[in-house]
Parts: sequence; C-alpha cells; structure tokens
Amino acid sequence: MPVLIDTVSNTPKTGAPPPLYKKREPIYPKLVHGRFRMIKWAVLVATLAVYYILPWLRWDRGPGVPNQAVLVDFAEARFFFFFIQLWPQEVYYFTGLLVTAALTLFLVSALFGRLWCGYACPQTVWTDLYIVVERLFEGDRNARMRLDAAPLSLNKAWRKGGKHLVWILVALVTGGAWVFYFQDAPTLFGQLFSGQAPVTAYLSVGILTFATYMLAGTMREQVCTYMCPWPRIQGAMLDEHSLQVTYRKDRGETRGPHKKGETWAGRGDCIDCLQCVVVCPMGIDIRNGAQMECINCGLCIDACDEVMDKVGRPRGLIAYDTDAAVAARLAGTRPVYKFVRSRTVYYAVAMTLVGSVMLFGLLTRSPMAMDVLRDRNPEYITLSDGAVRNGYTVQIMNRSIRPEVYFLEFHGPHGAHMRTVGQTHQGPISVALSADGQRTLRVFVTVPPSDHAHHRDHSEPAEFRLISQGGKRLEKATVFLSSGEDE
Amino acid sequence: MVHNDKDEVTGINTTGHEWDGIRELDNPLPRWWLWIFYACIAFAIGYWILMPAWPGLHGYTHGLLAKSDRAQVAVELKALRAQRGAEGASLVNASLEQIEADPKLQAYALAAGASVFGDNCATCHGAGGGGGKGYPNLRDDVWLWGGTPEDIEHTLRVGIRSGHPNARMSQMPAFGRDQIVTPDQVNDLTEYVVALSHRKANAAAVARAAPVFQAQCSVCHGPAGLGNQAVGAPNLTDRDWLYGSDRASIHSQIWNARGGVMPTWEKRFDTATIKALAVYVHANASGK
Repeated sequence: MPVLIDTVSNTPKTGAPPPLYKKREPIYPKLVHGRFRMIKWAVLVATLAVYYILPWLRWDRGPGVPNQAVLVDFAEARFFFFFIQLWPQEVYYFTGLLVTAALTLFLVSALFGRLWCGYACPQTVWTDLYIVVERLFEGDRNARMRLDAAPLSLNKAWRKGGKHLVWILVALVTGGAWVFYFQDAPTLFGQLFSGQAPVTAYLSVGILTFATYMLAGTMREQVCTYMCPWPRIQGAMLDEHSLQVTYRKDRGETRGPHKKGETWAGRGDCIDCLQCVVVCPMGIDIRNGAQMECINCGLCIDACDEVMDKVGRPRGLIAYDTDAAVAARLAGTRPVYKFVRSRTVYYAVAMTLVGSVMLFGLLTRSPMAMDVLRDRNPEYITLSDGAVRNGYTVQIMNRSIRPEVYFLEFHGPHGAHMRTVGQTHQGPISVALSADGQRTLRVFVTVPPSDHAHHRDHSEPAEFRLISQGGKRLEKATVFLSSGEDE
Repeated sequence: MVHNDKDEVTGINTTGHEWDGIRELDNPLPRWWLWIFYACIAFAIGYWILMPAWPGLHGYTHGLLAKSDRAQVAVELKALRAQRGAEGASLVNASLEQIEADPKLQAYALAAGASVFGDNCATCHGAGGGGGKGYPNLRDDVWLWGGTPEDIEHTLRVGIRSGHPNARMSQMPAFGRDQIVTPDQVNDLTEYVVALSHRKANAAAVARAAPVFQAQCSVCHGPAGLGNQAVGAPNLTDRDWLYGSDRASIHSQIWNARGGVMPTWEKRFDTATIKALAVYVHANASGK
C-alpha cells in the first residue's frame, strides 16, 4: 500500500483517507402538531388546489378564441391568463414577472429566511404529500423504522407496494395536470384516455410522473442539498439580521437531561430530548446553528414547543429569530431587530420599480398593434415618370377578443399616396381582422415627380397611422427614402 | 490526493487548491451520484448499439435503429410537398386577379413567391428585385414584355431568348458592328436617343439622325420611340435604361446590341409555383 504524504506539512499521513462517496442517511420524519404544521397543511392544500383546478376554469372570450382561463397555447403562439392575453412579441412581460419574482424572493429571504423553501416550494409540498401517503401505509417514524429493519414479509410487501402504487398514482395525476395548461383541458382529458392525445402530451406526462415519483418519493432532501442551487445562493441573501428558524442557544445551553422536580437554575432549557431532530425532514440538528440543509420549515419549533409545554418552561426555545439577537442576549444586551437594512431597501426598491414598470405597461397596453418594416433592397424605386416609390411591410395585429376593422393611413412627403396589393380604391386601407387576428400587408408609397423637382432630402420623416373604428390611434414612425438628387 | 488541510469553520478537509484565497471543501459526493455516472456509461453503450456511432474506414456503424437525419429530412420534405400541393391546388384554380384580391390566397402566394424568387430569380434580378445593368428592375413600372399578371406569368413560362419554342424573342441588330449604318450615323443616333428622353442634345446631329431612326429603328421602337411590348422593344423616352443612360452606354448598345437571356421556368416549376411567382412579382412592382 502506498504511503500517503501530506503535501502541506510534507510528512506521511496517519489514518485512513476520508471516503470519496457518502452513504445516504435514511430520514424518518416524525409527525408533529402545532402552529407551523397547520400553516404548512394550509399552504399545501391551497397550492395543490391551485395547481390542479386552474386549468379547468373557463373564461369566455367569445367565438374563435379559447375559453380556458389559463392557457399556454404553443400552436397558436398565445398566452391566456383570465383577462390578459399575450402575444410572442410581448414575452418581456414574462421577463419582468420573473425578475420581479426573483427580487421578491431576495427580499423575503433577507427578511424572513427561506420561507419559499419551507412552505411553498413544490419539492417541499409534494414531499409532504408523499410523506402523508407513506404514513398511511407504514405508520409514523418508529413504525417505519421497524418495518425497514424487518425481514421481507407479506405485511411489509403490501405496505411497501401499496405506498409505491399510490405514489405513482399521485405522480401520474401531477404530470397529467401539467399538460392541461397547454391545451384545452376537457378536450385533452378525453384524448389522453382514448389514446388520441399528441405524443408530446404522453411524453410530458411520463417525464413529470417519473420526476415527481423520484424527487418527492425517493430523492427528497437530496434534491435540496445536492441539486438545488438556491440553498447555496441564499448565503448571499441572508445576514445576521435575517429571521431564521433558530435554536436560541443563549437560553438552551447548557443542555442536558432533566428530571421532574429538579431545579432549572444554573442550566439551559434544552433537555436534549432530540424531538427537534426526529421531526426534521432534512435530518439535521437545528442546534448546530444555521445550515445550508435547513429549509426553515419550522417543524422543529412545533416539536420543541410541545416539549417545553410538558416540562413547564416557556415556548420558543427554537423560534424565528436572528443571529444578531442571539448574540446580543449572550452578551447580555437588549436584542435589536433591524428590518430596514441597506439590502432590504435595495431589494424592495428594485422590486417595486420593475413591478411598477411592468404593471404600467400591462395596464396601458393597447389591443391594437402595428409593426412597420421598410424595404432595404432596393431602398427606393424611381418610376419611368420620375416618381419615387418606397415599399413597406406592415403587420397589423388585433390583440382583443372582438373582431375589429382598422384603417391604415400614411403621412409623409407632400403628395405621397399609398396602395397595397389587391387594393382597388384610393384612400386609407381598411383592414378587417378577426378576434385575436393579424394581417401582414405589402404597402407601396409613391411620391410624384412634381413634388420633388426641387431639392429633397435623401431621407424624409414619415409615419403610418392606424385608426380603429372607436377612434383609437396608433402611430409608427418610419422614413421615406429617395436618391436625394435634383432630377 | 488527500490533504490534511482542515477548514476551521466546518472542520472539513479542503482540496488543497487555492484561488485568490478561496479554498474548496473536499466534501464527499453522495453515492447516488456515482450510480448516475454508471447509468450514463450503460446509456452510452446502449446508444452505440442502437444509434449510428462509430466511424469506420468505409462508412460508419448504423446501429440497430439505423436512424438517419438525412432520411428524416427526405421524409419531411415529401410531407411538405404534399401539403404544399394541396394548398397550391387553390392557386391553380384561381385566376391571378382572384389570387391578388383574396387575402388568404394572396398571403400564401406572396410567401411562396418570395421564397421561390429568392432561390431562383434573385441571382440576376437582385434579392429585392431591383435589377442591375442588363437585368431588368422588376420593382418599377417599366416592362419590356408587359407588366400585367398574365404577361408576367407568360414570360416566366417561356422565358426570353431561352430556346423554348414559344420563347419571347427580340433581337436588335448590331448596327455599328455589322456595318448596317456608318459609325457617324451611330454617333448621330446616340444624340437622337438622348434627345428622345428629354435631355439636351446636339441639334444638328439630331436632325441628321431623324431619317435614319425612322428607317432603321422605328419598326420596333415606334416612330416616336415609345417602344412596343409586343416585340419587347423598350421605350426610349422614359428614364429607365437597361444598359445605362449615358451617351457611351447608348452608343455601345446601338453598336453592339446586347440582349440578355431569361430561362424558361415551365419545366422547373409547377403551375401553382409559377402563379405564386407571377403574383409576387406583380404585387411588388405595384405596376400595371
């Protein structure tokens, strides 16, 4: 066997090298009752209800437009959200939403720690749901540990088998609900069972079923510890004034077993009962302080409060608290809670700013839209009589849920007149658009020679004007090009 | 390599590497990570068996599934052609005017026409149809062989000097090179043509050239030089010049009488494509 050399001290090493791989420690979280468990149940029911019910809500938008309240329509390239309807050109609203959400997450983390991880993250919610199923078949912590240690028997087989079967069913429903967001839910529901749904639908259901089963059933805390980047990023969000699930070591230490009737003087309130450890879904000991693995779910607070009630000490040995407050109490000074800090102010301002800009844009958004693209090759055409013509491609969109008739006008150099392909009359072009419809027009603008016999600019300002029957106007600036020479 | 270099905060060994004062903890990987690594190896072996993978001296291993992107493209192209055939049928049955008037047919014809134009016509006529010296501008209102949709469609079908039995044919004689007129008369005719297009010219030369023009040129270009689309003779009084408007260009054209060739597209495109192209060219000319 080769001798290992410590390259720092350049001396032979003693002892075996640490292992390259770590075996997974099984975790059997115990059921706990209390305030935070109640909040978590409520959030679980609410988020799952939203997830499963949302695609089934209807929202009447009139004929020719989907009546699903929330629909990501890839085929028609539309996003419907109740009264909002977005086109692909408006994807910046999603960018804004994501930026706002990220900043909100930063702010909430800086103030209250990992609320998202502990309560709202799908990984947490579905893991909780899967543990409910697990408890149903295998019992609570101790029963589960006994069952795992027991040799294979009929009892163990049906309990384990039943658990996995229900897990897979839950996963199937989860994956199944996901695809309803992308097509008409009632139609797709029928298609899924009759085998007529698109291959991508079955594929998506399959992938999500597998992912749900793996992540919530078997991977659980490994996802948070090893796969998710957020626990590592949050280190930059938190500081000593952030509220986190905290073991108040100023009150708990010195810990040790306590017999009934003994005095509490000269010792801490922690009786080392390990209840905070056995209920932890992440398998950590909160008394070691803030840890990357801790998702701040608050279940150890419930467990500890229960114990404190039993031994007749005040609740809150484990509580939402800050490192600064603990340090202050240890030093014998009054703890100060600082919610207004430079980072919370920055996050709040940035969040409000981005959110307001996006909200303003959404509220003042017009259902009529137009894009103008000027021909660049050739830039302009000189006609046989010396007139100059420019070509434009004009896309006109009706983002409302009613059919509309718009009138297109051109305002530019004196004497300019426009026509489009197939147009039979002079004057503004009328464009009839269906609900949620669009049309692309080739428009040609001609300026007669008499009007530019004098010197003219190579590029003259011009604009297309779109007017709805209701009188709404929309202008798009462009230019009219010519040779710029006296002819 | 194992280092005995403990991090004081965590009590975990570091890898011993340091970047600007930052050291990396040597945490052990979770064991399932290793399983995923093995699974990837198994997947790779399965992939080699099923899919094209290893190059050889004469080709490559095709794999059990014998998947080929090239074959897939061929299948998709075939499906696309079938789909286009169905949509193209509506073009075949409609007249060119109907296609231009109907928003749906028009949109389809313009899209198809733009694509075909870019692949086949842009080489000579330019990407936007602006033309160049010797290659007619298709965006203006000047047409040698007529600018109605039907005229354009016919030109597309038979071509110009293309060898097609019904090709559009015109051949200007090389007046100077073939000594049909004298070099002096070519000089005079140049002044005459300049005068025709409303520009200043040598009056004496114009007067000398008038009888020559009427004798030699008016058969095709007309007594007033207005041209004749039936024989593809250009109008000499407008501002549009295929081979250039200056005196040297005009002189060169009378002397050498160049004429380009446009191929016949009848054999390469089906009726629907030619119609789409005709509508596209006519629409963008916004002409007659």
